[in-house]
Amino acid sequence: MRYLPKSPADREAMLKAIGARSIDDLFAPIPAEYRLNRDLKVPRQMAESEIVDWFRERSRETADGYVNFLGAGAYYHYRPVIIDSLISRGEFLTAYTPYQAEISQGTLQSIFEFQTMMCELTGMEVANASMYDGSTAAAEAAMMASRLTGRHSVVIARSVHPEYREVLATYAHHQGMPLSTLPFTDSARLDLNQLEKSITSDTACVLIQSPNFFGTIEDVAAIADIAHKRGALLVVSIAEAISLGIVEPPREGDIVAMEAQSFGVPLGFGGPYCGVIATREQYVRQMPGRLVGQTTDRNGKRGFVLTLATREQHIRREKATSNICTNQALIALMANIFMTIYGKVGLRELAKQNLAKAAYAAQQFGKHAKVLFSGAPRFNEFVVQTSEDPYAINARLLEQKIVGGLPLKKFYPELGNAALWCCTEMTTRGAIDAAVSSVAERERLANSAKEPAVVQEVVR
Amino acid sequence: MKHATPKATRHVNQNEGLIFEKSSPDKAAWKLAPLDVPEVDTAKLLGASERKDLGHMPEVSEIEIIRHFTRLSTWNYAIDLGMYPLGSCTMKYNPRVNEVVSRLEGLANGHPYQPENISQGALRILQTLSECLIEITGMDAITLQPAAGAHGELTGLLLVRAYHHSKGAPRKKILIPDSAHGTNPATAAMVGYAVENLKSNASGMVDVSALASQMNEEVAALMLTNPNTLGVFEQEIHKIADIMHAKGGLLYMDGANMNALVGKVRPGDFGVDLMHLNLHKTFSTPHGGGGPGSGPVAIKKILEPFLPTPVVIAKPDGTLGFEYNRPQSVGRVRAFYGNFGMFVRALAYTLANGPDGLRQTTEDAVLNANYIRKGLEGVYDLPYSTPTMHEVVFSDKVQAKKGVKTMDIAKRLIDYGFHPYTTAFPLIVPGALMIEPTESESKEEMDLFIEAMKSIAEEVQEDPEMVLGAPHTTRVSRLDEVAAARKPVLRWKPVQ
Repeated sequence: MRYLPKSPADREAMLKAIGARSIDDLFAPIPAEYRLNRDLKVPRQMAESEIVDWFRERSRETADGYVNFLGAGAYYHYRPVIIDSLISRGEFLTAYTPYQAEISQGTLQSIFEFQTMMCELTGMEVANASMYDGSTAAAEAAMMASRLTGRHSVVIARSVHPEYREVLATYAHHQGMPLSTLPFTDSARLDLNQLEKSITSDTACVLIQSPNFFGTIEDVAAIADIAHKRGALLVVSIAEAISLGIVEPPREGDIVAMEAQSFGVPLGFGGPYCGVIATREQYVRQMPGRLVGQTTDRNGKRGFVLTLATREQHIRREKATSNICTNQALIALMANIFMTIYGKVGLRELAKQNLAKAAYAAQQFGKHAKVLFSGAPRFNEFVVQTSEDPYAINARLLEQKIVGGLPLKKFYPELGNAALWCCTEMTTRGAIDAAVSSVAERERLANSAKEPAVVQEVVR
Repeated sequence: MKHATPKATRHVNQNEGLIFEKSSPDKAAWKLAPLDVPEVDTAKLLGASERKDLGHMPEVSEIEIIRHFTRLSTWNYAIDLGMYPLGSCTMKYNPRVNEVVSRLEGLANGHPYQPENISQGALRILQTLSECLIEITGMDAITLQPAAGAHGELTGLLLVRAYHHSKGAPRKKILIPDSAHGTNPATAAMVGYAVENLKSNASGMVDVSALASQMNEEVAALMLTNPNTLGVFEQEIHKIADIMHAKGGLLYMDGANMNALVGKVRPGDFGVDLMHLNLHKTFSTPHGGGGPGSGPVAIKKILEPFLPTPVVIAKPDGTLGFEYNRPQSVGRVRAFYGNFGMFVRALAYTLANGPDGLRQTTEDAVLNANYIRKGLEGVYDLPYSTPTMHEVVFSDKVQAKKGVKTMDIAKRLIDYGFHPYTTAFPLIVPGALMIEPTESESKEEMDLFIEAMKSIAEEVQEDPEMVLGAPHTTRVSRLDEVAAARKPVLRWKPVQ
C-alpha cells in the first residue's frame, strides 16, 4: 500500500524487537469470536489514476459547467487562486489544533488576524476562531444568550434561513428552550408589532438574519431597541458575508452568528463552510469555540496562544459552554486570506458589484413578473413571483445550462409560485437576460391567455 | 542538545508582523472585472443601511500576502515535516490525491440546492462512502451530516433520546468512563442528560461489576471509547454490551480510536448500537490546524427511523435523491448535508486502500505503537501493563521526582524535531504521556523518536533545569498563558 512506509523486513524486525511471533499476537486482546476473518466488502485497491478518473466521472455528473442563480445560504463568488496555493502548504494543511504554541505560531497568528478582521467587519468586539457553519453558530449563539440572561426561550424570525431554524429547533428541543416564530411584513422585514408582543420575561434572545433569507436588510437598530427594553439580547445571523462590504453591520446586536462561506470558500455541495460567533467583550466568557490571544514569551517577544480554555470541554467537561472541539480552522484560513486580498476597499467594491447585478436583475424580472418585498433595501437576493410554476421555469432553463432561482414552495407555501434568485459578481448580464427572457415569454402567454390551463400545461 | 540527532537542525526563519502592520492606503491585491450592468446609487438603494467605512481592514499587495502566509506557515510543525504522535488524534498522512479530487469543478462548485438530476455524482459519492463506512463498522445505516466528532456525539445522543422516547421515556443518565474525552460529558449535557462517572479497573478497562451495579432503567446509554484512551481494547466488551442491553440501554461507541480496528474487527459485531467516526482521524482528511472535521454516525436498524433529515435514497427511476419526509427524525443538526468536501477525501482514501490496504494500515498502526512501547518501557513509567493497541500511555512519575513534568518533556521533544505527544490526558493517569504514532511512521522515524525520548530522560537526570527551559530552538520560547487569560487581547488594535 503506497501510503505505508514499511518494508516487510521492517515489519519483521519490529515484531522481533517487540517479542511477538506474528502481527496476530498484537490483536490477541480482541476476543476471537469478534475478529474479522475476511476482507471488508469495499472496492478493491485503486491506482491514483483510477481514483482521479472515478471522481472526474462523478464531477461530470454534478452540474459541471452550469451558470447558477442559487444563493439561499451558499454563494458563488470568485475565489482568488492564491487562497488554494497558500492553504495547500503542508504546514497549514497537515497541522493539528495549535495547542503547542511554540511550533504553531503560524496558525495562531493567522487566527488572531482572522478574529481581528471579523471584529472589524461585524462591528463586534471579540470573534472566535470558527464554528462548524452558520446554522450551528446561530443555534450555539441562542444557547449562549440563554446562559447570559438566565432566560430560556427564543423568539426567531420566520425570515431566518429555514434550515438554520430547523437546526435551532433540534438543539433547543432538549435544552428546555421554547421557540416562537415571528412573521415578516410585506417588505419581508420582521413584524415589529408582533415582536413587541412576543418578548416575555423569559425571552433570552431575538434571533434574526440580515440580510434575511429573502435578501432583505432588517432594521437592526429598531429590533435591538425593542429586545433590549425587555431585557432580551439580539442575535443576528449573517449568511451572506459579502454584504458586510456595503451593508452597515449589526452594531446594535449583542451576538453575531455568521457564515463566512462567501469569503473564498467553495460551494462544495454544502460544506465544509465556516461559522463564526462574534460578540461584545463582556460576554466572552460564555462564548463557545476556540479563541486566540496575544501574549509574550520568556524573553518578552510577542506571541499567540489558545486562551480562555476554561470555557471548553477538555477542561470543564459537562459544564463547558459547548461540546465543540474540532472547528473549521483551514476554512477560516481561506476566509482570512480572502479578507486580506480584498481588504478595506476591495470588499466594498465587490459588494457594490453584487448589489448592482441583483438590482439590474430584479429590475429586469420586474418588467415581466412580480418582484416581491420591494419596500425595504436588499442585498444580492430577491424574490420573483410568476404565474408559472418555478419548477417548470427551472426545467426549461436547465436545458440552457442555467440553474434558476430556488423555488420557495417547500419553505414558504404561502408565497405561491415564488423563487429566490441570487446574483453575485459572477453573474453576467447575458445570463440574467437569458433567464429573464425565458421567464418573460411564458408570463406574456399566461397574461394574454388569462387561461390558467395554459400555465398548467407547461408544468413539468 | 546532549545527544545530537540527525532529525533536526536550525535554519533561518523569516520574521513577519501582523498583516495590519503592513497595510497602507491604496495598495491592493484585487481587481474586479468591469461591471456589465448599470452602476447603482448605493445611498438610494440602501439608505441608512449603507456602510461607509470598513474600519481597519488591511490594504496590501498580492506578493505581500503570499510572503505573509508563507512565512507564517514556516512557523508551524506539520505531519508533512515529521512524526506528530498526538494520542487519540490520529495524525496520519493526508494523501494529496484527496485534495485534487475534492477540487474537481463539479464537486467544488456544486450548489447544495441545485436540482437532484444534475447532482447525481455528488449523491453517488454520499451513497458509496455510506456503504463503505457501514461495512467497515458493521452497522446498518449512517448519517454523514455531523460536522465533527463532537457533533457526531451530539447527533448520536439525540438518536438515543429519540429511541428511548419512542419506548415511553427518554431516561435520565448517560454513563461515561473516567478515561473518556471531555466532549462525551459536554455532549451529554447538551442533550439534557445527567452524566454519571464510571470508574476504570486496575487494568484500565471498564469495571464490569461496577457497570452492572450502576446500570438501571434510568440509564439511556454508555458512551464507550474502544480502544479506550489508554489504547486498551475493552476485552469484556461482550459483557458490557449484554449488561446495557439487558436493562434496555444502548451502547454508544466513540470512534475516535477506530484506527486500531478497521478491517480487523467491527463494532457492530461486538454489540455496539451506534457510534461516530472521525473522518479527519481514521480516514485521512487533513486536520488543517484544527478543522474541518466530519463525524458520521453509524447505527443499528433500531435507530434508523430517527436519523437526521435528509437521507439519501434510491428513487424508483434508479436515480438518487434526498428524502425529507421522516416523521420520527431527530431533525437537522446542520444546514445542507454535512462537510461534503471531507466525504470526497475520505472516499478517495478508502479507494486508495481497498480491503487489503485498510487492514495493513491498522496492523501497522498497532505495530508502531507496540514498538514505541517496547522502546521506552523502563525509561518512562508504564502505569498500565495491559496490551496496547494503536496508542500507548506512559507517565512522568520517574521524571517528576526531578521536578520535570510531562509538559516539560513534551516541550523538550520539540528541540529534537518532533511534535509532542498528548500531555496530561487521559485524566486517570497523573502526568500522562499519550503517544499515537499511526501507521504513517517509518521504522527510522520511530527509532529517532525513541532515541530522542531516551535522551530527554537522561537530560532530566543530569540537567533538569535545561529541560524545564525547553524549547530552546523555536521562534518563541514558552508563552505566558496565564497573562493571556487574565487580560485577554483577542484582536489587533491600532496604536493610539
